[in-house]
Amino acid sequence: MPAPEAKAFRRKLDLAKGRVDLSHGAGGRAMVRLIEDVFHAAYASPELAAGNDQAVLALPPGRVVVSTDGYVVSPLFFPGGDIGLLAVNGTINDVAMAGAMPVALTAAFVIEEGFPLADLQRIALSMGAAARAAGIRIVTGDTKVVERGKADGVFITTTGIGVAPDGRSWRGDAARAGDAVILSGSIGDHGVAVMSRRENLSFDTEILSDTAALHGLVAQMAAAAGPSIRLLRDPTRGGLAATLNEIAQQSRVGFRLSEEAIPVRPEVAAACELLGLDPLNVANEGKLVAVVAAEAAGAVLAAMQAHALGREARVIGHATADPDCFVEMETSFGGGRIVDWLAGEQLPRIC
Amino acid sequence: MKHVDEYRSGELARGIARRIAEDADPARRYAFMEFCGGHTHAISRYGIEDLLPPQVRMIHGPGCPVCVLPMGRLDAAIRLARRADVTLCTYGDMMRVPASGGQSLQRAKAEGADIRMVYSTLDGLRIAAEEPDRQVVFFAIGFETTAPATAQAVLMAERRGLANFSVFCNHVLTPPAIGAIMSGTEVETAVSVPLDGFVGPAHVSTITGWKPFAEVAERFAKPVVIAGFEPLDVMQAVLMLVRQVNDGRAEVENQYVRAVTEQGNARAQDAVSRVFRLRNSFAWRGLGEVPASGLEVSPDFAGFDAERRFGIETLAAADNPACECGAILRGVKKPVECRLFGTACTPETPMGSCMVSSEGACAAHWTYGRFRDRARQAAAHAGA
Repeated sequence: MPAPEAKAFRRKLDLAKGRVDLSHGAGGRAMVRLIEDVFHAAYASPELAAGNDQAVLALPPGRVVVSTDGYVVSPLFFPGGDIGLLAVNGTINDVAMAGAMPVALTAAFVIEEGFPLADLQRIALSMGAAARAAGIRIVTGDTKVVERGKADGVFITTTGIGVAPDGRSWRGDAARAGDAVILSGSIGDHGVAVMSRRENLSFDTEILSDTAALHGLVAQMAAAAGPSIRLLRDPTRGGLAATLNEIAQQSRVGFRLSEEAIPVRPEVAAACELLGLDPLNVANEGKLVAVVAAEAAGAVLAAMQAHALGREARVIGHATADPDCFVEMETSFGGGRIVDWLAGEQLPRIC
Repeated sequence: MKHVDEYRSGELARGIARRIAEDADPARRYAFMEFCGGHTHAISRYGIEDLLPPQVRMIHGPGCPVCVLPMGRLDAAIRLARRADVTLCTYGDMMRVPASGGQSLQRAKAEGADIRMVYSTLDGLRIAAEEPDRQVVFFAIGFETTAPATAQAVLMAERRGLANFSVFCNHVLTPPAIGAIMSGTEVETAVSVPLDGFVGPAHVSTITGWKPFAEVAERFAKPVVIAGFEPLDVMQAVLMLVRQVNDGRAEVENQYVRAVTEQGNARAQDAVSRVFRLRNSFAWRGLGEVPASGLEVSPDFAGFDAERRFGIETLAAADNPACECGAILRGVKKPVECRLFGTACTPETPMGSCMVSSEGACAAHWTYGRFRDRARQAAAHAGA
């Protein structure tokens, strides 16, 4: 080992009190230090440790599924999770909704000058733990630092790569009139948990974000009734309402829902009541909606309820033949209403 | 939530619906106006129309605060927000309301104006305290419900010596608006709808008490039932109105006894009467000039009056000529009778104020009820 060079190279990061400065993104030693001490240490990924600008992956047979997503949530840490956990789980879920088993993830960071290194490490550790729990690796990444005021703490972009079995084609345009709509659990938890920590809106709540990687649940559903599943989607931004309207438009069908069948935690319902929000429009990060052939609804539902993340799964309605593609709902009050997209923004920067 | 869920029980709703159907005379028509946007929202959100017999019709009233603000006042707020020294604090509902020349607060904000969405007047006070170099103006809108909070903010600003805080006051009053609809004497209200009664305001009445509405009932010989904003409240109020009409009574009745008293909230009324005074007249979108229907900051608090401080001038601004918001706010037209509805005008691209707030008649119908138009169109088609 050439001792003197290595020593200069090894200027230690002050992970307890230090802050990210522009040199951490400038391509010099400071950047290498940051990447090694924060990201490599947290991710423990052999591809990353190899130190190349790319990762070379050997994939199992099937079709490659890719999805990318940017994460700008504010605040960065919220009850039940943080931006790092979202960035791993969220992208895994986008890959999993195609019926694919996720394999690897890439992660790009845009960091604001002055951001505490301790927070950055906390986010990286959270991502490493989430990836390990999901059985995938973070294989390559990027780090950029921008001047103070040009970003808000940290923005993360992750790209997920997975493999779907040949012949599996779950797509947004596959819903047919008569299909059953199954929801994996209660709605609105994530959005309300994040909002409860907004600086101008803090309120005390026990609600935790539902952020979770759903590929295990999806695998169980596929094993039970894969060919009868038309499509899956995770109702994130815009909530269940936006997701069902998207599917309705893509498949040129309508939906008829029953409000009573849609689970909403009492705390979430109370917070929404207070803030004038509709839980149907509030974001989720660990839920999925499945549209399945009516005759397979029972089998899919049973498979979901047998998994920890689908225990509260319910059939919430069915697809209808409707040239207007309306999502209609029978209210628990006994009347009918439309479930529409949200106009404008309800809660900015929720994921 | 238990306390709220009780007022949303489908089982109780069906019970009241049965009684309404039994009591409402099939040989006559009942047209009731719900004054408040909160009622409009509840009717649409819970599908109450589906629970009423065909002879009972609800007509949406003008009680949506952002809907009735004339465009000239919004233009003035935008001009104010564009001043380099001003931070304008506004309720989120106002952000997307269309102003003259394709403008809106949202657009002005994107173009650099310092406009902040706040949840209460206290946020405005906090910003004024934290940023003493900024002129912080609170864009005060709403009925008797929000006026006390604005008055309190002015009183607190005075106590704390927050000289950089002021309010642009656009508060309006409910009883004169009902009067304008019923009398129809103004040019704009020359076409009035025959109404059989009113669902009276909920939150407004917690402040004012039900007494002012007794005068309304007497003056216009129409029943008024003060009702809460929960769907069962509305159903029960409709039943009470049907019974008054059947009995030939025209009284004020209070369905919302859990929150409304005869005299209302004396402290809130006191704050309002200290800080504000009646304007001679205020121009409402849809109703036109209504005498003694608006509030302005009284001379005792002139230092906190943004209109005085910045010499705000309100210029008359014409709404889009095809927009029927005015007629819809008066109950003369239904949203679907506007040719912009659902074509040029949707919640994403609102042409008129009624399409913006969730309390607006057009937004409520678009968001929750437009599936019913299909049945109506089919029926019309079959009939033709």
